[in-house]
Amino acid sequence: MIATGQPVSRSHRLRRRLRHGDVPFRLLAATFAFVVVALLVAIVGVAWDGSAAAREAFGLRFLTRTAWNPVAGEFGALPAIYGTIVSSAIALLLAAPPGIMIGIFLSDLSPARLRGPLSLMVELLAAIPSVVYGMWGIFVFIPFFRGAIAEPVSRALGDTVPFLAGPVTVGRGLLVAGIILAIMILPTIAAVSRDVLSVVPTHQREALLALGATRWEVIRHALLPYARAGIVGGMMLGLGRALGETMAATMVIGNTPRIDPSLFQPATTAASLIASQLPTTNTELHSSALVYLALVLFLITLLANSIARLLVWRVAGAAGGRR
Amino acid sequence: MTAQSWKRLGALIALLMVAAMVLVACGGGSDSTPTAAGGDGATSTAIGEASTSAPAGSPTGTGGSTSNGGAHSDLQANLTGSGASFPDPLYQRWIEEYKSVAPGVTINYQSVGSGQGKNDFISGVTDFGGTDAYMTDEELAEAPDTLHIPTVLGAVTVTYNLPGVDDLRFSGPTLAGIFLGQITTWNDPAIAADNPGVELPDQPITVVYRSDGSGTTAIFTDYLSKVSEEWASQVGSGTAVQWPVGIGAEKNPGVTAAVQQTPGAIGYVELIYALANDLPAPAIKNAAGNYVTPSLESVSEAAAGFLADLPDDLRVSITNPPEGENAYPIAGFTWILVRGQYDDEAKARALTEFLYWALTEGDGYAEELHYAPLPDPVKELAIQKLEQITVGGTPVFTSPAQ
Repeated sequence: MIATGQPVSRSHRLRRRLRHGDVPFRLLAATFAFVVVALLVAIVGVAWDGSAAAREAFGLRFLTRTAWNPVAGEFGALPAIYGTIVSSAIALLLAAPPGIMIGIFLSDLSPARLRGPLSLMVELLAAIPSVVYGMWGIFVFIPFFRGAIAEPVSRALGDTVPFLAGPVTVGRGLLVAGIILAIMILPTIAAVSRDVLSVVPTHQREALLALGATRWEVIRHALLPYARAGIVGGMMLGLGRALGETMAATMVIGNTPRIDPSLFQPATTAASLIASQLPTTNTELHSSALVYLALVLFLITLLANSIARLLVWRVAGAAGGRR
Repeated sequence: MTAQSWKRLGALIALLMVAAMVLVACGGGSDSTPTAAGGDGATSTAIGEASTSAPAGSPTGTGGSTSNGGAHSDLQANLTGSGASFPDPLYQRWIEEYKSVAPGVTINYQSVGSGQGKNDFISGVTDFGGTDAYMTDEELAEAPDTLHIPTVLGAVTVTYNLPGVDDLRFSGPTLAGIFLGQITTWNDPAIAADNPGVELPDQPITVVYRSDGSGTTAIFTDYLSKVSEEWASQVGSGTAVQWPVGIGAEKNPGVTAAVQQTPGAIGYVELIYALANDLPAPAIKNAAGNYVTPSLESVSEAAAGFLADLPDDLRVSITNPPEGENAYPIAGFTWILVRGQYDDEAKARALTEFLYWALTEGDGYAEELHYAPLPDPVKELAIQKLEQITVGGTPVFTSPAQ
C-alpha cells in the first residue's frame, strides 16, 4: 500500500496511527477509566445526599447504636456492622486454607489430565448464582447442619462456650451464613491462587529441587513466598464478595438486627438489611438510615480493600527482597 | 492494508461493540424505573384475542353486565402504575383481561412495594399507585389531591408447626404474648385456654417473622397493637418493626420454609399464600368472641364490620373489627391511589373506566386468585370516589348504574 522508502509526513503518521487504532483505543480506554471514577463519585454522592436525615439525627453515634426500630425511628448500625464483619471473617477463615490448597494442587500436584476438568469445576462453582446458594442453604444445608452439628454442639458446649450457646431453633444464623459465604468465595480464592502459582517461574522450582528439596519444601519455600501477594489479593477478592453478598446471606442468616455472642443465633448483615427493608420504608428517616448504612458498608469495604493493599505491598516487598 | 492491520481493526470494532453493549445495558437499567411505558406491541395481540377471552370473565363477574363495553372500546391511553406487590398477581390479571375490553388501553403496573409505589405516585412518576398501607397525613400533605380507591382485601394467617397437634385456635392477646416472647412454650395456660381439650406438648415456641418490610407485617402488627396495649407501647405497628423475639425470614416462602422446618415454630403469612399452598390456617378469636377461620367470606365480612366507622377518604385499618359475628380479625384493604385531577383526559377516562370495570367485573378473577372482594357498600363508595376525578374541572366518569 505505501512505499516504505519515502519520508513519512506528519498527517500521514497520524492517519496511520488512527488506522491502526492507537489513538481511538487510547481515548476509549481513558474514557472508561474515568467513567469508573465518575461512577464512584456519583454513588458516594447519592449515598451522602440520601443519608442526610439520618446523619443529622444520629451523627457518628449511628455506628455504635444497637437499636433498629423503624416504628420508633431509632436506628443504629452496630448489629449490621457486627454481622457483616463476623460472617465475612468466618467465611474467609474457612475458605482461605482449602482455597489455597486447591490452587496448589491444580498448579503443581495434579496429574495433567485431572487439571482441566478440576479447574472447570472450580470455575463452575464460582458461576452459581447466589440465590441458588441461598436456596441450597435453606433446604439442604441448614436442616443437616442443625440436626447433625448445631444442636449436639450447643447442647454439649453451649453452657461453657458463649460462642456456641443454644437454643438452636430454626438453624439460621451467623455461623451458617459464614459457611455458605465460605463456599461461595472458595472458588474465587482457589482460582486466583492457581493462576498466581502457575506463573511462578520454573527456575524457582528447579533451583530448590536442584538443592535436593522435597515437593513440600518447594511449595513451602519457593512457590508460596513468590505468589504470596497474589494469594492475598485473591483472598481479598473473596472477602469483598462476602462483605457485599446480599441474597444468600439474607436467606440464611435469620435477619435479626441483634448482637448475640452465640454464632448459632440469628443476626443480620448490612447488605441484607438494606435489601430487605429499602423497598418498603414508611418514613424518610427509615430510608435515610438504610442509605446511611450503605455508606457505612461502603466504608467497610474500602477499609478492607485498603488493608489488603497494605498487606499486598508489605508481602510483595518482603518476597521481592528474598527473590 | 496488511492482514495484521485488518486484525487490529477487527479488534477495535469488537471493542466498540462491547462498549456499545455496556452503554445499552446501562440505559436499560435506568429505563426500568416505573416510568417505563408499556410496550404498544402488546395491545395489537390483545385485539386478536378479544373475542375468545372476553366471555371468560362474565360468568363469574358480580356487578351488572358488560353492556358498557362500548364505552371502553374507543379508549386510547397508556397508563403506568407501581406499588404493592401483594395485589400484583390480581392487577396483572385484571390488566390482561381488560385488554380484551378496551384494546386501546395499555396499563403497566410494576410491583415495587407499597412504599416505593407511594413515592412514585407522590413525585408524579406514575399515573396511579398501589399500596397496602394508606397514606399517612404527612404523605397526604405532599400530595393533597390523592384519592384512595380500595380494590380488594388481604388477610394474614398465622401458621405453625406443632407435630401431632392440628386445628389450634388463638385469641388476640395470646398471639401478642407469643410474639412478645412472654409465652414461650406450647403448653402455656393461655394457649390451653384457647384450645380446651387439646393436649399441648411442652415444647419451646420459635417465632418467625417477615424480615423484609411488608404490608403483611403492617396488618399483623396493627392487629396485635389493637388487641394488646403492651404490644402497642413496646413494639407498635408498621411494615417493619423491632421484634422482641424470634428470627426473620424473607417473604412468604421464607417464613413458610422456616416454620415447616422447625418443630414448635409459629409465623404469619398472607392468606393468599396459605390458601394456594394448603397451609393450615388457624381460627382467630374476633371482637365478637367467635373463633373464625380465615376465608374469603370471613375476610370480606371484616370490611363490612367497619362500615359504620368508614371515614370519608376510605383510609381505614380494618383489623379487629368491632362488629361481625364471622369477621376474620386480621385483614386489610389494598388501595389504588389516583389523583383527583388529571391533565390528560384520555388517561383519566381510561383509568376510571378500568377501575370501574375492575370493581364491578373483576371479582371472579379475584376469587380465583384467592383475593377477598370488597363488600358491596364499600364498592359503591369506591365508585363514588371515581366520580370525583376531573379533568379541567369536569368529571370524566359517571357510573352507569346511576
